[in-house]
Amino acid sequence: MSHNAHVPIGPYHPLQEEPEFYKLVVDGEKVVDVDVRIGYNHRGIEKLSESKSYDQSIFLVERICGICSSSHPIACCQALEDIGGVEVPERALYIRSICQELERLHSHMLWLGLAGHFIGYNTVFMWAWKYREPICDIMETVTGNRQNYAMHKVGGVRRDIEREHVSYILKRLDEFIKNISILKGAVLDDPVLHERLKGIGILTKEDAIDYAAIGPVARASGVDIDVRRDHPYGVYDRIKWNVVTQEEGDVFAKTVVRILELFESVGIIRQCLDKMPEGPIDSNPKDIPPGEGIGQIEAPRGECFHYIKSDGTNSPVRHKVRAPTYMNFPTFRETVIGETISDATIILAAIDPCYCCTERMLIVDGSDKNIMGAEELIRLSQEKTRLIKDKYGER
Amino acid sequence: MTMDEFLKNMSGKFGVNILNVKKVSNKRAYIDIYPKDIKGFVRYIFKDLSFRFDTASGVDDFNALEILYHFSHDPSGITISLRAILHDKQDPHIDTITDITRSAWWIERELHELFGIEFNGNSDMRPLLLPDDWPKGVYPLRKDFQPPKRDSRKE
Repeated sequence: MSHNAHVPIGPYHPLQEEPEFYKLVVDGEKVVDVDVRIGYNHRGIEKLSESKSYDQSIFLVERICGICSSSHPIACCQALEDIGGVEVPERALYIRSICQELERLHSHMLWLGLAGHFIGYNTVFMWAWKYREPICDIMETVTGNRQNYAMHKVGGVRRDIEREHVSYILKRLDEFIKNISILKGAVLDDPVLHERLKGIGILTKEDAIDYAAIGPVARASGVDIDVRRDHPYGVYDRIKWNVVTQEEGDVFAKTVVRILELFESVGIIRQCLDKMPEGPIDSNPKDIPPGEGIGQIEAPRGECFHYIKSDGTNSPVRHKVRAPTYMNFPTFRETVIGETISDATIILAAIDPCYCCTERMLIVDGSDKNIMGAEELIRLSQEKTRLIKDKYGER
Repeated sequence: MTMDEFLKNMSGKFGVNILNVKKVSNKRAYIDIYPKDIKGFVRYIFKDLSFRFDTASGVDDFNALEILYHFSHDPSGITISLRAILHDKQDPHIDTITDITRSAWWIERELHELFGIEFNGNSDMRPLLLPDDWPKGVYPLRKDFQPPKRDSRKE
């Protein structure tokens, strides 16, 4: 007789920001089998792209994900540039790389916050998301938007980085690096987190290679790959930086890889701002000839892959999009089975499944007296704590 | 390994089983093969040459269905695509490669539901992206797919 119980999670569940359905088969506390059902958010973007012009396609793929809204357009542009043999001006390549690294910074910070939240360590969640703000501000300075930047086009970029903005960006980056240095110490030296995250959800190097895992998931298992170095694009071959790898393959190793990558990304942005030459930012190509092309870039979660086939008209015959989570997700079968059900959450979260997070507070009319800043919110929170203490007494 | 070395290596190994090679640049090449040979090619490229499986793209070329298996070799920076053309659109089938690499697990399910391609030897053909009640024999990424008309009275 089997004593296995089935634990359904989802498709709509407070744990996940996006709908997914997990079926955990558990024997007591131990997970013995797991299956996942996706597709609740399937929007038919590949089919839709066949009915759009190339210029529209780039806006369309930007909307695949609120976090990777720089990665998908760049990969799409690179696929089209691959078909047409389009040269991109040097300055545009630098701006693209800056956008890419800013995106990596804010995505990794977002993940760090969510990971903290999933294991009930909400201090990390609060810190990480607070420290992510300067990055979104820089993104707004560079592109005009915090998310969905509409920055990239075939042959270049739409907006230039103004000279007077460079010092502002550097100032905010200094602020950011100071904050994440403290956060790095707090997370990586915390004995509780070592206990909680080390040795769980291990993805071995052999499995990582067999599943063709990519990005931080592969690098945390000792697979030394990074599209930025191996299939150079943008200006990554002209800049000094390191690929961060860890050997253990557990959740802690994935955390370490992402945190250390933050420092590499800041270094890349600083060098880009320093070395960026003056010049045009767009080569204004006219037509896309018949042919087929591939765009590969290193998104925050791993390689983002676009394949486009053109017949010489203004719309793609076929536009295949492969987001990084598609390759990393199936590894959950190796990492979750055998672990306890309480660890399943953080193991599933450790591959950083792609969340759409585009919400922001938008102040249209600054004259409203009810808008609160950080100090007022903290004061409000302290006041509430005081009221509770007054009512129920110190315990 | 450069692209030329790789292509020479491939023609030495597979000879006449390679139908056509289109070298686009030193980083990219498209290699046309017979669908029946897919396992041999994938085993050699993935296992022996240690390429990474990127993904597979299905393409409806009106006359036939194509599957492009994209592989990247990270140490040398080359990306190649194996193109298998399935001429019988009524009953397109090809051998599974999931017994060589589990990375093809999801993409074969996706190609099955979006293009109607059968993968011989793959028993897990449950829907991945489309809903469970999606009508049988309707493949949305084929060119002859007509999206259902929306009936506003039902909404």
